[in-house]
Amino acid sequence: MTYHIEKTQQGEKYNTIFSSITSAERRKRTSRSRLKKRILLGTYIVLLMLPIYWLLNMSLQTNSEILGSMTLWPQNVTLDNYIGIFSNPSWYMGYVNSIMYVAMNMVITMLVALPAAYAFSRYKFIGDKHLFFWLLTNLMAPPAVFLLPYFQLYYSVGLFDTHIAVALAHCLFNIPLAIWILEGFMSSVPKEIDETAYIDGYSFPKFFIKIFIPMISSGIGVVLFFLFMFSWVELLLARTLTATDAQPIGMIMTRTSTASGIDWGTLAAAGMLTIIPGVLVVYFVRNHIAKGFALGRT
Amino acid sequence: MSWMVWTLPTAIFFSSIAAMLAGMTVWELRSPSIERKGFLPISTTRGDRLFISLLSAAFIHLGVVGFTAFPILLASAISVIWLFIMMRWG
Amino acid sequence: MNNKVQNNRAWLLVLPMLVLVAFSAIIPLMTVVNYSVQDVLGPNARFFTGTEWFTTMLNDPNLQAAFGRQVLFSLTILAIQIPLGIGIALLMPKKGWQASAVLILITMPLLVPWNVVGSIWQIFTRGDIGLMGWSLGEIGINYNITRNAGDAWFTIILMDVWHWTPLVAMLCYSGLRSIPEAYYQAARIDRASKWAVFRYIQLPKLINVLVIAVLLRFMHSFMIYAEPFVLTGGGPGSSTTFLTQSLATMAIGQQDLGPSAAFSIIYFLVILLVSWIFYTTIMHMQKDKNSQGGA
Repeated sequence: MTYHIEKTQQGEKYNTIFSSITSAERRKRTSRSRLKKRILLGTYIVLLMLPIYWLLNMSLQTNSEILGSMTLWPQNVTLDNYIGIFSNPSWYMGYVNSIMYVAMNMVITMLVALPAAYAFSRYKFIGDKHLFFWLLTNLMAPPAVFLLPYFQLYYSVGLFDTHIAVALAHCLFNIPLAIWILEGFMSSVPKEIDETAYIDGYSFPKFFIKIFIPMISSGIGVVLFFLFMFSWVELLLARTLTATDAQPIGMIMTRTSTASGIDWGTLAAAGMLTIIPGVLVVYFVRNHIAKGFALGRT
Repeated sequence: MSWMVWTLPTAIFFSSIAAMLAGMTVWELRSPSIERKGFLPISTTRGDRLFISLLSAAFIHLGVVGFTAFPILLASAISVIWLFIMMRWG
Repeated sequence: MNNKVQNNRAWLLVLPMLVLVAFSAIIPLMTVVNYSVQDVLGPNARFFTGTEWFTTMLNDPNLQAAFGRQVLFSLTILAIQIPLGIGIALLMPKKGWQASAVLILITMPLLVPWNVVGSIWQIFTRGDIGLMGWSLGEIGINYNITRNAGDAWFTIILMDVWHWTPLVAMLCYSGLRSIPEAYYQAARIDRASKWAVFRYIQLPKLINVLVIAVLLRFMHSFMIYAEPFVLTGGGPGSSTTFLTQSLATMAIGQQDLGPSAAFSIIYFLVILLVSWIFYTTIMHMQKDKNSQGGA
């Protein structure tokens, strides 16, 4: 196990430093504190996973089994709930709608946030600090504050109930977030690189696309993760701006509660399916994500 | 534009905000502001002081409108004096 | 940071972004201000009311109560999540496949849509079908979030801790990873205690990310909506109705444009003030760091 190898290597390192402490004593002490750490962390993760496990558990049961008796795992595993969702367009279109506006939002945000973040990281200009602050307030302000006229606004420009409307509305907080993180990543790229490129005769757009963007690609990956996350989880704006054609999955899920009670199995299955895209995205950026959480500033 | 239900007072309000921003930009281009430290605990530029004054003006208005019977003009008068103090000594 | 060039043409790079954000932020905000001074009954039936709505809203006991609950809620979750997040970050492995696995598992709650978070906990805490509600009932604790306000509060706080502590932990984890190994070795040579290592090596490095964590957590908890809405619907009574939900009920449910607009503006001003305080703090911390670095 890697755990043992690491431990011995560390033990040897200590030995060279502390000749007075026997290696056996040292080893015992570090391994005990390591074990304690593992147990604590393990407990936390188990607690963290319990509600999600329970959702999974319910999604694999029929409603009669759910309501019938308390079981810690499904007695008769059934995929009916999932099949029900995937065979009904009014259900699975919810996922398609959500993914569509999230993707549109990621593209739009990136296109405008990259040059803006470059401007903030490289230049001083009139009002730069105040502009940056104003951007952050949009990230911090509750969407509900802007919500009142949204229907009117998007209706008057003819975008109501389209995917692009939700994508544009989510720019409200996603563009500031993207600029905030990207600015951190860009500022850690030395300025000399820009200057050398300009001396070598690169034009700004060519330099930006050919040299600069590849240099901050891990930052871009992390930003895309954050954009996905915040657009995917938001519901208030998405719900207000759509009626039927672009309705997000979160809204369709409310259909499970009917007059005859709540369809728990379908609700759980639909919930499980909303978690999966996020896990996929996080898997792809797992190696860069830690830096991204510090907004590129470590 | 009719859905934005403009009224004269709010139109004047936003025009004056826009005018202030434009004015500050021109002023900044003519003679760039230098950060300095006044009675506030932080060093500020002209723009910062304007922002602080406007934000406190908003809260002064809310306070007067919400919790006293004084006319709103009183709040505006206090705000203008406060704006002047901030810009001069803040 | 310090060698930026003065160039006002940089505005051209910022402009497209500005247009987009302004479309979603400034136009609606202006309209909200317009609504707030009128009684809008229809496109052609509106009356100028001046500051009347503001007076009403500021003195509305329901909203004052919601505001109080909101502040209490935000402070409670900060008091729990920040220390807990630091603790978890200290426990997380720094490299190897375990690090990736832990990372993916811990970020999971962050990627669940907010209303689904509500559904997950609604299911989890029900007395008949939920693991937690059922277990508590089995060991004889009378637990019911639809009847007992205390239980509802406890559950909402637990849900928020479950949902958002990972964010604090991830922020702290990334702060901790940036500490060079040499610092720890020096501490070992000095035989520094664990507490001393935390206090004099880890905490100073964490301050930067902690400010960001407090800022993000405060702001997000201050606008919390979908989770309690799904879980408790604001009840029992109005014991878990927070600000955004009051606003949404007024705006969407009752279509009271004027009052809810006035309320929006007050809400926005409070947020503006808090963000400004945080922003100034962050900027000054960066400035101090730069001047200490001798740049």
